[in-house]
Amino acid sequence: MMKEQKDILILAIESSCDETAAAVVKNGRSVLSNVISSQIELHTLYGGVVPEIASRKHIEKINQVIETALSEAGTELMDMDAVGVTYGPGLVGALLVGVAEAKAIAYAAKKPLIGVHHIEGHIAANYIEHPELEPPFLSLVVSGGHTHLVWVRDYGKFDIIGRTRDDAAGEAFDKVARAIGLGYPGGPKIDKVSKEGNPEAIAFPRAHMGEDSYDFSFSGVKSAVLNYINGCRMKGEEYDQSDVAASFQKAVTDVLVANAMHAVREYKADKFAIAGGVASNSALREAMKSACEERGVKLYYPSPVYCTDNAAMIGVAAYYEYLAGTRHGWDLNAVPNLKLGERYE
Amino acid sequence: MRILALDSSGMVASVAVVRADKDEEELVAEYTVNYKKTHSQTLLPMLDEVVKMTELDMETIDAVAVAAGPGSFTGLRIGSATAKGLALALQKPVIAVPTLEGLAYNLWGTKRLVCPIMDARRGQVYTGIYEFCADELAVVEGQMAISIEELGQKLRSYNRKIVFLGDGVPVFREALTGRILPGEDVAFAPCHMNRQRAASVAALGIRYYREGKICSAAEHRPEYLRVSQAERERKERELRCKESVTES
Repeated sequence: MMKEQKDILILAIESSCDETAAAVVKNGRSVLSNVISSQIELHTLYGGVVPEIASRKHIEKINQVIETALSEAGTELMDMDAVGVTYGPGLVGALLVGVAEAKAIAYAAKKPLIGVHHIEGHIAANYIEHPELEPPFLSLVVSGGHTHLVWVRDYGKFDIIGRTRDDAAGEAFDKVARAIGLGYPGGPKIDKVSKEGNPEAIAFPRAHMGEDSYDFSFSGVKSAVLNYINGCRMKGEEYDQSDVAASFQKAVTDVLVANAMHAVREYKADKFAIAGGVASNSALREAMKSACEERGVKLYYPSPVYCTDNAAMIGVAAYYEYLAGTRHGWDLNAVPNLKLGERYE
Repeated sequence: MRILALDSSGMVASVAVVRADKDEEELVAEYTVNYKKTHSQTLLPMLDEVVKMTELDMETIDAVAVAAGPGSFTGLRIGSATAKGLALALQKPVIAVPTLEGLAYNLWGTKRLVCPIMDARRGQVYTGIYEFCADELAVVEGQMAISIEELGQKLRSYNRKIVFLGDGVPVFREALTGRILPGEDVAFAPCHMNRQRAASVAALGIRYYREGKICSAAEHRPEYLRVSQAERERKERELRCKESVTES
């Protein structure tokens, strides 16, 4: 890779959950490499991510992943302008591996260290494939751990306007998938079988938290699905797995889209970006597409590889932090419940 | 030759740098804190302090030694990830020093059997049995996770004087002198040598390095001596299933 004098290169590291990832990002928008070592098969044995197993796998893989990211980008560590790393939110033991590794690399290579918020990374993933996208815009972050409606005022400036009051959307997907025998991970599996089902077959509830609120609640719809299945079992009736999945998915996406469009009206937004693992759900994308089209809003979403946990998005977010002058000290710690927009010095 | 050593396997966080040539070896710096387990926040600033105080050029480090387990799972990973990151950037190898060998080396030269014990919870200790033969550390029984009773049985069979050290001592001291080893000649190491010290990890690191017992930063991983709780429970479940199948 030819590095121009003015180019800014960031080595980014991500280990907040069950993917060990590293990437090299140029000038915040161009991904030179994006390496992900997934542990998903390991955790399917347990029906979910086991933190201790995830942490052990991270430390086994992390150097290989970083070295591959550097070499695939055609770069060397010395070419980097900074090292970016996810320091929260996430599993503390998993985060600590990436944080300790990134700090040591930055220290020995005499590079600045930049801690990045995982969800801010997910939002920043939209910049990778959409060079024209710039703040301000609205964003819906939906993943296994998060459901946030966010007004992105500027780079690194976030107002959380709505959040889930109980389960994250992705968490509800996982729980329902387990209940109807689809297993883990629930999101992609529900998405797939829903294509065979009728989304209007069963009327599951949609929780609206009031006129002035953009908040979400998914525990009600989850319980309704569980009750429906139990009811069928008690009566000795078979239920249609794909109808349940499709109806559940419709109930969730309806609420996500309704709140999103409510915010579009209030904020007079003309750009909307979805982010996070559930952003690759095809029903959510379709529903958001038609809702946005109707209102003349430009919809953005990342390719699936940038929706899942990855380090390229961390490199993008780190770049804008780098420009803003964010530098973390050698005492940077993992912050498992780090809030969006919060800055730890 | 210069070796940088780290130990964050227990409550102690410790960083040391040693220098060695053919005839002489010396400790350049050691920074050891036995206070709160906040290794993620303290270990690298401690290294930075050592580097600044001794005007150390990191590029002159030949290898990074680390107490590689057993110990606190998270503590081990902080030490190992730090060692792996430093070694990756410096393009130098890692020396994985078993935690209990590092502890035993604190008591270099003693005629007693050396028995470091770390509280491993669940009624067990991480321990090993060592002695000094011809002025070098010899492993009598390699590191393991066993109950204190089982350790007592092993130790009685050697019929030797014993010295204990490690964070398991405050937990098991009474039991050891009482019911576990009644009437045996046991001693407990004093405070300047009874917990993890990176200087010992570094000194052993020199010997490992000379014997070629090094690995690449990428290969290195901690030795936990235990599987995770989830794995253990899954294996127990599978075992129960198998047993019930064979019974029926």
